[in-house]
Amino acid sequence: MSEGANRIVTPMRRVRGLGAARSGTGHFWHQRLTGVAGIPLSIALIVIVMALMGRNHAAVIQILGSPIVAVIMLLFILNTCYHMWIGMQEIIVDYVHEDKRKFMALMGNTFFVFAVGFTCAFAILKLSFGV
Amino acid sequence: MAELEAQGAAGARRPRPLSPHLQIYKPMLTMTMSIVHRITGAALYFGMLLLAWWLIAAASGPNAYATFQAFIGSFIGELILFGYTWALVHHMFGGIRHLIFDTLHGFEPAEREMLALTNLIGSIAVTLAIWGIGYLMAGGAR
Repeated sequence: MSEGANRIVTPMRRVRGLGAARSGTGHFWHQRLTGVAGIPLSIALIVIVMALMGRNHAAVIQILGSPIVAVIMLLFILNTCYHMWIGMQEIIVDYVHEDKRKFMALMGNTFFVFAVGFTCAFAILKLSFGV
Repeated sequence: MAELEAQGAAGARRPRPLSPHLQIYKPMLTMTMSIVHRITGAALYFGMLLLAWWLIAAASGPNAYATFQAFIGSFIGELILFGYTWALVHHMFGGIRHLIFDTLHGFEPAEREMLALTNLIGSIAVTLAIWGIGYLMAGGAR
């Protein structure tokens, strides 16, 4: 990391620190952040699912709609969706090299994550606010 | 350079040399765990559809929920849920392993073998424990 004259990165580029992909280490860091958050949230999800699996519909909607459970579920959904959005993008850019297919896959990834995330979140909110 | 041009002139399109890739290496536990981490991640990605179905069914009403329960209570449903549990636990342990690597620890040969083995055995043990407790809580086969 010398300040040699053969360095082709301009000072402004170096300060921004975004690298060749122009997005820096943002995704790398966010994947760790959501990964760490995912540990307690996934354990909570397993406990909630285990507590609800054998119960009837009335009990399930009452528990899923209760504030603490609903907030934990919403946090799990948000955190997981962002985590899997970045993760699948990484898988796609690793294996799909042809531009058209790559961008279609990346778009499909985004659509899938938003559709699944909003479906889960809407269901929880509906159970929480009733109707 | 002259050699390259001569080749080009002859029109013989020889495939470019490739650097050695995965298939020439002996499969090892650490590389297997690496790809399994990615595979479980991809499986959990599509597994979120099951969570979405569960929650939407609960929000839709008793009939929709009964349909979901019939599926998840079937052999196929339980098999998928069992696989989902293992994938989640394995991916979680694999993630913790990667967080340890991020602190620049666990790279010695014995350490990384131990971590990979702990990841695998731990995920299987915890999955079995979760299902054991689940069956006890539900009072045996529901």
